[in-house]
Amino acid sequence: MSTVRVQTTINNQPTEFLCEPRQSLLECLRELLKMTGTKEGCNDGNCGACTVIMDGRIVNSCLVLGVECNGSEITTVEGIAVGSKLHPIQQAFLENAALQCGICTPGFLVAAKSLLESEPHPDEQQIRRYLANNLCRCTGYDKIIKAVQQAAGGAQ
Amino acid sequence: MKWFDYAAPQTVDDALQLAAQNAGALPLAGGTDLLVQMRAGRKTPPFVIDIKRIPELNELKFNEATGLTLGAATPCYLIAKHADVRKYYPALAEVASMIGGTQIQGRASIGGNLCNAAPSADSIPLLIAMIAQCVIAGPSGRRTVAVENFCTAPGQSILGTNEILVSLQIPTPAPNSGACYLRFIPRNEMDIAVVGVGVSITIDAGVIQAARVALASVAPTPLFVPEAGQSLIGKAPSDEAFTAAAAIARDAAKPISDMRGTAKYRSHLCEVLTRRALSQAKGGK
Repeated sequence: MSTVRVQTTINNQPTEFLCEPRQSLLECLRELLKMTGTKEGCNDGNCGACTVIMDGRIVNSCLVLGVECNGSEITTVEGIAVGSKLHPIQQAFLENAALQCGICTPGFLVAAKSLLESEPHPDEQQIRRYLANNLCRCTGYDKIIKAVQQAAGGAQ
Repeated sequence: MKWFDYAAPQTVDDALQLAAQNAGALPLAGGTDLLVQMRAGRKTPPFVIDIKRIPELNELKFNEATGLTLGAATPCYLIAKHADVRKYYPALAEVASMIGGTQIQGRASIGGNLCNAAPSADSIPLLIAMIAQCVIAGPSGRRTVAVENFCTAPGQSILGTNEILVSLQIPTPAPNSGACYLRFIPRNEMDIAVVGVGVSITIDAGVIQAARVALASVAPTPLFVPEAGQSLIGKAPSDEAFTAAAAIARDAAKPISDMRGTAKYRSHLCEVLTRRALSQAKGGK
Protein backbone atom coordinates (compact mmCIF):
# COMPACT_ATOMS: atom_id res chain seq x y z
CA MET A 1 0.00 0.00 0.00
CA SER A 2 1.55 3.22 -1.10
CA THR A 3 0.73 6.37 -2.95
CA VAL A 4 1.55 6.62 -6.62
CA ARG A 5 3.39 9.40 -8.41
CA VAL A 6 1.42 10.63 -11.41
CA GLN A 7 2.87 12.90 -14.10
CA THR A 8 0.36 14.80 -16.19
CA THR A 9 -0.09 18.00 -18.12
CA ILE A 10 -2.96 20.07 -16.74
CA ASN A 11 -3.98 23.22 -18.63
CA ASN A 12 -0.67 23.09 -20.51
CA GLN A 13 1.35 22.99 -17.28
CA PRO A 14 3.40 19.89 -16.48
CA THR A 15 1.84 18.78 -13.19
CA GLU A 16 2.90 16.01 -10.83
CA PHE A 17 1.04 14.68 -7.84
CA LEU A 18 1.09 11.79 -5.39
CA CYS A 19 -2.24 10.05 -4.98
CA GLU A 20 -3.82 6.93 -3.61
CA PRO A 21 -5.05 4.52 -6.31
CA ARG A 22 -8.58 4.92 -5.00
CA GLN A 23 -8.65 8.70 -5.51
CA SER A 24 -10.58 9.89 -8.53
CA LEU A 25 -9.19 12.49 -10.89
CA LEU A 26 -11.86 14.80 -9.46
CA GLU A 27 -10.51 14.33 -5.92
CA CYS A 28 -6.94 14.77 -7.15
CA LEU A 29 -7.87 18.06 -8.83
CA ARG A 30 -9.88 19.47 -5.97
CA GLU A 31 -8.16 18.10 -2.87
CA LEU A 32 -4.53 17.54 -3.89
CA LEU A 33 -4.05 20.29 -6.47
CA LYS A 34 -6.61 22.71 -4.94
CA MET A 35 -8.12 23.30 -8.37
CA THR A 36 -11.70 23.70 -7.24
CA GLY A 37 -13.17 24.94 -10.53
CA THR A 38 -14.22 21.40 -11.39
CA LYS A 39 -17.32 20.57 -9.32
CA GLU A 40 -18.57 17.41 -7.68
CA GLY A 41 -22.25 16.78 -8.36
CA CYS A 42 -23.50 13.22 -8.23
CA ASN A 43 -20.09 11.50 -8.07
CA ASP A 44 -21.41 8.59 -10.13
CA GLY A 45 -21.23 9.72 -13.74
CA ASN A 46 -24.76 10.98 -14.25
CA CYS A 47 -24.55 14.77 -13.91
CA GLY A 48 -21.43 15.89 -15.77
CA ALA A 49 -20.56 18.69 -13.31
CA CYS A 50 -17.03 17.26 -13.06
CA THR A 51 -16.43 17.16 -16.84
CA VAL A 52 -12.84 17.70 -17.94
CA ILE A 53 -11.07 17.08 -21.24
CA MET A 54 -8.68 14.14 -21.04
CA ASP A 55 -6.48 13.46 -24.08
CA GLY A 56 -8.92 15.26 -26.35
CA ARG A 57 -12.15 13.69 -25.09
CA ILE A 58 -14.53 14.88 -22.40
CA VAL A 59 -14.83 12.52 -19.43
CA ASN A 60 -16.49 12.58 -16.04
CA SER A 61 -13.50 13.11 -13.76
CA CYS A 62 -15.36 11.31 -10.94
CA LEU A 63 -15.16 8.13 -13.07
CA VAL A 64 -11.44 8.37 -13.79
CA LEU A 65 -8.81 7.33 -11.28
CA GLY A 66 -5.96 9.76 -10.71
CA VAL A 67 -3.49 6.93 -11.35
CA GLU A 68 -4.99 6.38 -14.80
CA CYS A 69 -3.88 9.88 -15.82
CA ASN A 70 -0.15 9.21 -15.93
CA GLY A 71 1.03 10.71 -19.22
CA SER A 72 -2.35 12.30 -19.96
CA GLU A 73 -3.20 15.83 -21.00
CA ILE A 74 -6.06 17.33 -19.02
CA THR A 75 -7.98 20.55 -19.53
CA THR A 76 -10.20 21.88 -16.74
CA VAL A 77 -12.46 24.92 -16.62
CA GLU A 78 -9.52 26.90 -15.20
CA GLY A 79 -7.72 26.37 -18.50
CA ILE A 80 -10.22 27.59 -21.05
CA ALA A 81 -9.81 31.36 -20.71
CA VAL A 82 -6.66 32.95 -22.12
CA GLY A 83 -5.25 35.16 -19.37
CA SER A 84 -7.99 37.63 -18.49
CA LYS A 85 -9.75 37.10 -21.82
CA LEU A 86 -12.73 34.79 -21.47
CA HIS A 87 -13.25 31.96 -23.92
CA PRO A 88 -16.17 32.76 -26.30
CA ILE A 89 -18.28 30.08 -24.62
CA GLN A 90 -17.75 31.75 -21.21
CA GLN A 91 -18.64 35.14 -22.65
CA ALA A 92 -21.77 33.67 -24.25
CA PHE A 93 -22.86 32.06 -20.96
CA LEU A 94 -22.56 35.46 -19.26
CA GLU A 95 -24.42 37.34 -21.97
CA ASN A 96 -27.25 34.79 -22.11
CA ALA A 97 -27.54 34.35 -18.32
CA ALA A 98 -27.04 30.65 -18.96
CA LEU A 99 -26.47 29.85 -15.30
CA GLN A 100 -28.19 30.27 -12.00
CA CYS A 101 -26.66 28.38 -9.08
CA GLY A 102 -23.50 27.69 -11.06
CA ILE A 103 -22.61 24.17 -9.92
CA CYS A 104 -23.16 22.63 -13.35
CA THR A 105 -21.54 25.52 -15.23
CA PRO A 106 -17.87 24.42 -15.29
CA GLY A 107 -18.94 21.05 -16.71
CA PHE A 108 -21.13 22.69 -19.35
CA LEU A 109 -18.36 25.13 -20.33
CA VAL A 110 -15.79 22.38 -20.77
CA ALA A 111 -18.22 20.11 -22.64
CA ALA A 112 -19.44 22.94 -24.90
CA LYS A 113 -15.86 24.00 -25.68
CA SER A 114 -15.09 20.42 -26.67
CA LEU A 115 -18.23 20.27 -28.84
CA LEU A 116 -17.33 23.47 -30.70
CA GLU A 117 -13.83 22.20 -31.36
CA SER A 118 -15.11 19.02 -33.02
CA GLU A 119 -18.24 20.58 -34.56
CA PRO A 120 -17.91 24.38 -34.97
CA HIS A 121 -21.49 24.86 -36.19
CA PRO A 122 -23.73 22.38 -34.39
CA ASP A 123 -27.51 22.53 -34.78
CA GLU A 124 -29.75 22.50 -31.71
CA GLN A 125 -30.19 18.74 -31.78
CA GLN A 126 -26.44 18.15 -31.94
CA ILE A 127 -25.92 20.50 -29.00
CA ARG A 128 -28.60 18.81 -26.91
CA ARG A 129 -27.30 15.35 -27.71
CA TYR A 130 -23.66 16.23 -27.01
CA LEU A 131 -24.57 17.85 -23.70
CA ALA A 132 -26.99 15.10 -22.61
CA ASN A 133 -24.56 13.96 -19.88
CA ASN A 134 -24.60 17.45 -18.33
CA LEU A 135 -27.52 18.10 -16.03
CA CYS A 136 -28.75 21.54 -14.94
CA ARG A 137 -31.55 21.72 -12.39
CA CYS A 138 -32.01 25.53 -12.63
CA THR A 139 -32.12 26.92 -16.13
CA GLY A 140 -34.33 24.53 -18.06
CA TYR A 141 -31.48 24.32 -20.62
CA ASP A 142 -32.84 26.82 -23.14
CA LYS A 143 -30.44 29.59 -22.12
CA ILE A 144 -27.55 27.13 -22.18
CA ILE A 145 -28.43 26.01 -25.69
CA LYS A 146 -28.76 29.65 -26.79
CA ALA A 147 -25.36 30.45 -25.30
CA VAL A 148 -23.73 27.58 -27.17
CA GLN A 149 -25.44 28.68 -30.37
CA GLN A 150 -24.19 32.23 -29.86
CA ALA A 151 -20.64 31.06 -29.21
CA ALA A 152 -20.82 28.93 -32.34
CA GLY A 153 -22.10 31.88 -34.34
CA GLY A 154 -19.40 34.12 -32.92
CA ALA A 155 -16.74 31.69 -34.08
CA GLN A 156 -17.95 31.89 -37.68
CA MET B 1 -13.82 3.92 -1.84
CA LYS B 2 -11.89 1.18 -0.02
CA TRP B 3 -8.16 1.01 -0.54
CA PHE B 4 -6.92 -1.07 -3.47
CA ASP B 5 -3.66 -1.43 -5.29
CA TYR B 6 -3.39 -0.67 -8.98
CA ALA B 7 -1.33 -1.80 -11.94
CA ALA B 8 -1.57 -1.12 -15.66
CA PRO B 9 0.10 -4.04 -17.46
CA GLN B 10 1.10 -3.87 -21.12
CA THR B 11 0.35 -7.47 -22.13
CA VAL B 12 -2.40 -10.04 -21.58
CA ASP B 13 0.13 -12.42 -20.00
CA ASP B 14 1.18 -9.78 -17.47
CA ALA B 15 -2.48 -9.07 -16.67
CA LEU B 16 -3.15 -12.78 -16.10
CA GLN B 17 -0.09 -13.05 -13.89
CA LEU B 18 -1.25 -10.08 -11.79
CA ALA B 19 -4.68 -11.70 -11.50
CA ALA B 20 -3.12 -14.95 -10.35
CA GLN B 21 -0.97 -13.18 -7.75
CA ASN B 22 -3.76 -11.03 -6.32
CA ALA B 23 -6.84 -12.95 -5.24
CA GLY B 24 -10.04 -11.01 -5.86
CA ALA B 25 -8.45 -8.62 -8.37
CA LEU B 26 -10.81 -7.09 -10.92
CA PRO B 27 -10.05 -5.76 -14.40
CA LEU B 28 -10.72 -2.08 -15.12
CA ALA B 29 -11.44 -0.81 -18.62
CA GLY B 30 -13.43 2.46 -18.92
CA GLY B 31 -14.56 2.25 -15.30
CA THR B 32 -18.01 3.68 -15.96
CA ASP B 33 -19.66 0.71 -14.26
CA LEU B 34 -16.87 -0.66 -12.05
CA LEU B 35 -15.90 2.60 -10.32
CA VAL B 36 -19.55 3.37 -9.56
CA GLN B 37 -19.99 -0.10 -8.04
CA MET B 38 -16.79 0.22 -6.02
CA ARG B 39 -17.75 3.62 -4.67
CA ALA B 40 -21.13 2.24 -3.62
CA GLY B 41 -19.36 -0.64 -1.85
CA ARG B 42 -20.96 -3.29 -4.05
CA LYS B 43 -17.53 -4.43 -5.22
CA THR B 44 -14.43 -4.21 -3.05
CA PRO B 45 -11.48 -5.60 -5.01
CA PRO B 46 -8.14 -5.43 -3.17
CA PHE B 47 -6.42 -4.98 -6.52
CA VAL B 48 -7.45 -3.34 -9.78
CA ILE B 49 -5.82 -4.34 -13.06
CA ASP B 50 -6.13 -1.55 -15.62
CA ILE B 51 -6.28 -3.51 -18.86
CA LYS B 52 -6.77 -0.65 -21.30
CA ARG B 53 -3.06 -0.06 -21.91
CA ILE B 54 -2.77 -3.53 -23.44
CA PRO B 55 -2.61 -3.06 -27.24
CA GLU B 56 -4.53 -6.28 -27.93
CA LEU B 57 -7.47 -5.04 -25.88
CA ASN B 58 -7.64 -1.89 -28.00
CA GLU B 59 -7.49 -3.65 -31.33
CA LEU B 60 -10.13 -2.54 -33.81
CA LYS B 61 -9.59 -4.05 -37.22
CA PHE B 62 -11.69 -5.39 -40.03
CA ASN B 63 -10.80 -7.98 -42.62
CA GLU B 64 -13.40 -9.29 -45.07
CA ALA B 65 -12.22 -12.87 -44.65
CA THR B 66 -12.20 -12.91 -40.84
CA GLY B 67 -14.59 -10.14 -39.86
CA LEU B 68 -14.22 -7.57 -37.09
CA THR B 69 -11.84 -7.89 -34.16
CA LEU B 70 -13.04 -5.60 -31.40
CA GLY B 71 -10.64 -5.31 -28.46
CA ALA B 72 -12.55 -5.59 -25.20
CA ALA B 73 -11.38 -2.21 -23.82
CA THR B 74 -11.87 -0.14 -26.99
CA PRO B 75 -13.90 2.94 -26.00
CA CYS B 76 -17.28 3.42 -27.65
CA TYR B 77 -16.40 6.70 -29.38
CA LEU B 78 -13.63 5.01 -31.37
CA ILE B 79 -16.01 2.23 -32.42
CA ALA B 80 -18.71 4.72 -33.43
CA LYS B 81 -16.40 6.68 -35.73
CA HIS B 82 -14.39 3.78 -37.21
CA ALA B 83 -14.81 3.76 -40.99
CA ASP B 84 -15.10 -0.02 -41.40
CA VAL B 85 -17.50 -0.34 -38.47
CA ARG B 86 -19.69 2.36 -40.01
CA LYS B 87 -19.58 0.69 -43.41
CA TYR B 88 -19.98 -3.00 -42.51
CA TYR B 89 -21.60 -2.86 -39.05
CA PRO B 90 -23.64 0.37 -38.99
CA ALA B 91 -25.90 -0.95 -36.22
CA LEU B 92 -22.82 -1.47 -34.02
CA ALA B 93 -21.64 2.10 -34.70
CA GLU B 94 -25.13 3.27 -33.74
CA VAL B 95 -25.23 1.31 -30.48
CA ALA B 96 -21.75 2.57 -29.54
CA SER B 97 -23.06 6.13 -29.77
CA MET B 98 -26.17 5.25 -27.77
CA ILE B 99 -24.64 3.96 -24.52
CA GLY B 100 -24.57 6.75 -21.92
CA GLY B 101 -23.67 10.28 -22.99
CA THR B 102 -20.60 11.86 -24.61
CA GLN B 103 -18.52 11.65 -21.42
CA ILE B 104 -19.38 7.97 -20.89
CA GLN B 105 -18.66 7.09 -24.52
CA GLY B 106 -15.15 8.50 -24.15
CA ARG B 107 -14.36 5.73 -21.66
CA ALA B 108 -16.96 2.94 -21.76
CA SER B 109 -16.27 -0.12 -23.90
CA ILE B 110 -18.48 -2.74 -25.54
CA GLY B 111 -16.39 -5.41 -23.79
CA GLY B 112 -17.13 -3.75 -20.47
CA ASN B 113 -20.83 -3.51 -21.30
CA LEU B 114 -20.73 -7.28 -21.84
CA CYS B 115 -18.67 -8.10 -18.71
CA ASN B 116 -20.94 -5.93 -16.54
CA ALA B 117 -23.63 -8.42 -17.62
CA ALA B 118 -26.60 -6.17 -16.96
CA PRO B 119 -29.89 -7.60 -18.30
CA SER B 120 -30.46 -4.16 -19.88
CA ALA B 121 -27.05 -3.86 -21.60
CA ASP B 122 -27.65 -2.13 -24.94
CA SER B 123 -24.86 -3.78 -26.90
CA ILE B 124 -25.51 -7.42 -26.01
CA PRO B 125 -28.70 -8.14 -28.02
CA LEU B 126 -27.00 -6.71 -31.10
CA LEU B 127 -23.83 -8.74 -30.46
CA ILE B 128 -26.00 -11.86 -30.22
CA ALA B 129 -27.80 -10.95 -33.45
CA MET B 130 -24.43 -10.42 -35.16
CA ILE B 131 -23.14 -13.86 -33.99
CA ALA B 132 -20.28 -12.39 -31.95
CA GLN B 133 -17.79 -14.70 -30.26
CA CYS B 134 -15.98 -13.82 -27.03
CA VAL B 135 -12.25 -14.53 -26.86
CA ILE B 136 -11.33 -15.20 -23.23
CA ALA B 137 -7.80 -15.57 -21.85
CA GLY B 138 -7.11 -17.46 -18.64
CA PRO B 139 -4.45 -19.42 -16.80
CA SER B 140 -4.97 -22.46 -19.02
CA GLY B 141 -4.93 -20.60 -22.33
CA ARG B 142 -7.62 -19.14 -24.51
CA ARG B 143 -11.18 -20.18 -25.21
CA THR B 144 -13.97 -18.85 -27.38
CA VAL B 145 -17.58 -18.61 -26.24
CA ALA B 146 -20.69 -17.55 -28.18
CA VAL B 147 -21.85 -14.22 -26.77
CA GLU B 148 -25.35 -15.55 -26.01
CA ASN B 149 -23.74 -17.95 -23.51
CA PHE B 150 -21.61 -15.29 -21.78
CA CYS B 151 -24.02 -13.82 -19.22
CA THR B 152 -25.33 -16.21 -16.57
CA ALA B 153 -27.27 -13.97 -14.14
CA PRO B 154 -27.59 -10.23 -13.44
CA GLY B 155 -23.99 -9.01 -13.09
CA GLN B 156 -22.61 -12.54 -13.53
CA SER B 157 -20.79 -14.10 -16.47
CA ILE B 158 -18.99 -17.29 -17.37
CA LEU B 159 -15.63 -15.56 -16.83
CA GLY B 160 -13.80 -17.79 -14.37
CA THR B 161 -11.39 -16.70 -11.65
CA ASN B 162 -8.38 -15.02 -13.23
CA GLU B 163 -9.91 -14.91 -16.71
CA ILE B 164 -10.26 -11.75 -18.80
CA LEU B 165 -12.22 -10.95 -21.93
CA VAL B 166 -9.69 -10.09 -24.66
CA SER B 167 -11.84 -9.34 -27.69
CA LEU B 168 -15.04 -9.89 -29.56
CA GLN B 169 -14.91 -11.47 -33.01
CA ILE B 170 -17.83 -10.55 -35.25
CA PRO B 171 -18.15 -12.27 -38.62
CA THR B 172 -18.44 -10.25 -41.81
CA PRO B 173 -22.16 -9.72 -42.48
CA ALA B 174 -23.49 -11.84 -45.34
CA PRO B 175 -24.36 -10.04 -48.59
CA ASN B 176 -27.92 -8.68 -48.49
CA SER B 177 -28.04 -8.71 -44.73
CA GLY B 178 -28.80 -6.03 -42.18
CA ALA B 179 -28.88 -5.60 -38.41
CA CYS B 180 -30.62 -3.24 -36.02
CA TYR B 181 -30.89 -2.47 -32.32
CA LEU B 182 -33.90 -0.57 -31.00
CA ARG B 183 -34.68 0.30 -27.41
CA PHE B 184 -37.47 2.08 -25.65
CA ILE B 185 -36.51 4.75 -23.12
CA PRO B 186 -38.69 7.59 -21.84
CA ARG B 187 -35.95 10.16 -22.59
CA ASN B 188 -33.97 10.72 -25.76
CA GLU B 189 -30.66 9.59 -24.28
CA MET B 190 -28.87 8.78 -21.00
CA ASP B 191 -31.36 6.17 -19.86
CA ILE B 192 -31.64 2.44 -19.26
CA ALA B 193 -33.67 0.42 -21.76
CA VAL B 194 -37.19 -0.53 -20.66
CA VAL B 195 -36.86 -3.09 -23.47
CA GLY B 196 -34.15 -3.49 -26.11
CA VAL B 197 -34.24 -5.64 -29.23
CA GLY B 198 -31.33 -6.62 -31.47
CA VAL B 199 -31.93 -8.38 -34.79
CA SER B 200 -30.12 -9.44 -37.92
CA ILE B 201 -31.63 -10.67 -41.17
CA THR B 202 -30.30 -11.99 -44.48
CA ILE B 203 -32.50 -11.89 -47.58
CA ASP B 204 -31.66 -13.45 -50.93
CA ALA B 205 -33.90 -13.34 -54.02
CA GLY B 206 -36.82 -12.14 -51.92
CA VAL B 207 -36.54 -14.98 -49.40
CA ILE B 208 -35.24 -14.76 -45.82
CA GLN B 209 -32.14 -16.98 -45.51
CA ALA B 210 -31.22 -16.30 -41.87
CA ALA B 211 -32.44 -14.19 -38.97
CA ARG B 212 -31.59 -13.77 -35.29
CA VAL B 213 -33.49 -11.98 -32.53
CA ALA B 214 -32.27 -11.14 -29.00
CA LEU B 215 -33.86 -9.09 -26.22
CA ALA B 216 -32.68 -6.90 -23.34
CA SER B 217 -34.37 -6.02 -20.04
CA VAL B 218 -36.92 -8.86 -20.17
CA ALA B 219 -35.05 -11.67 -18.38
CA PRO B 220 -32.21 -12.11 -15.83
CA THR B 221 -29.78 -12.11 -18.76
CA PRO B 222 -29.88 -10.79 -22.31
CA LEU B 223 -32.14 -13.29 -24.04
CA PHE B 224 -31.47 -15.01 -27.37
CA VAL B 225 -34.74 -16.18 -28.99
CA PRO B 226 -33.58 -18.55 -31.77
CA GLU B 227 -37.11 -19.68 -32.61
CA ALA B 228 -38.12 -16.13 -33.56
CA GLY B 229 -35.41 -15.96 -36.21
CA GLN B 230 -36.00 -19.52 -37.39
CA SER B 231 -39.68 -18.77 -37.97
CA LEU B 232 -38.66 -16.33 -40.71
CA ILE B 233 -36.41 -18.62 -42.74
CA GLY B 234 -37.81 -19.42 -46.18
CA LYS B 235 -40.43 -16.68 -45.99
CA ALA B 236 -40.71 -13.41 -47.85
CA PRO B 237 -39.82 -10.36 -45.68
CA SER B 238 -43.43 -9.27 -45.12
CA ASP B 239 -45.17 -7.45 -42.29
CA GLU B 240 -47.08 -10.68 -41.64
CA ALA B 241 -43.88 -12.73 -41.20
CA PHE B 242 -42.31 -10.06 -38.98
CA THR B 243 -45.45 -9.84 -36.84
CA ALA B 244 -45.43 -13.61 -36.32
CA ALA B 245 -41.72 -13.58 -35.35
CA ALA B 246 -42.36 -10.64 -33.01
CA ALA B 247 -45.11 -12.61 -31.26
CA ILE B 248 -42.63 -15.45 -30.67
CA ALA B 249 -40.13 -12.97 -29.17
CA ARG B 250 -42.85 -11.51 -26.95
CA ASP B 251 -43.84 -14.96 -25.70
CA ALA B 252 -40.21 -15.90 -24.97
CA ALA B 253 -39.69 -12.81 -22.79
CA LYS B 254 -39.91 -13.24 -19.03
CA PRO B 255 -40.12 -9.63 -17.88
CA ILE B 256 -40.58 -8.35 -14.36
CA SER B 257 -42.46 -5.25 -13.23
CA ASP B 258 -40.28 -2.49 -11.80
CA MET B 259 -40.02 1.29 -11.80
CA ARG B 260 -39.21 1.31 -15.52
CA GLY B 261 -42.31 -0.55 -16.62
CA THR B 262 -44.76 -3.33 -15.87
CA ALA B 263 -44.26 -6.87 -17.16
CA LYS B 264 -47.28 -6.48 -19.41
CA TYR B 265 -45.96 -3.26 -20.90
CA ARG B 266 -42.57 -4.83 -21.51
CA SER B 267 -44.14 -7.80 -23.30
CA HIS B 268 -46.00 -5.40 -25.54
CA LEU B 269 -42.78 -3.48 -26.25
CA CYS B 270 -41.00 -6.73 -27.19
CA GLU B 271 -43.54 -7.34 -29.90
CA VAL B 272 -43.53 -3.79 -31.27
CA LEU B 273 -39.76 -3.32 -31.20
CA THR B 274 -38.99 -6.74 -32.72
CA ARG B 275 -41.32 -6.03 -35.61
CA ARG B 276 -39.83 -2.57 -36.18
CA ALA B 277 -36.25 -3.76 -35.81
CA LEU B 278 -36.73 -6.53 -38.38
CA SER B 279 -38.31 -4.08 -40.78
CA GLN B 280 -35.47 -1.56 -40.32
CA ALA B 281 -32.76 -4.22 -40.60
CA LYS B 282 -34.30 -5.38 -43.86
CA GLY B 283 -34.28 -1.81 -45.13
CA GLY B 284 -30.71 -1.32 -44.00
CA LYS B 285 -29.21 -4.11 -46.07
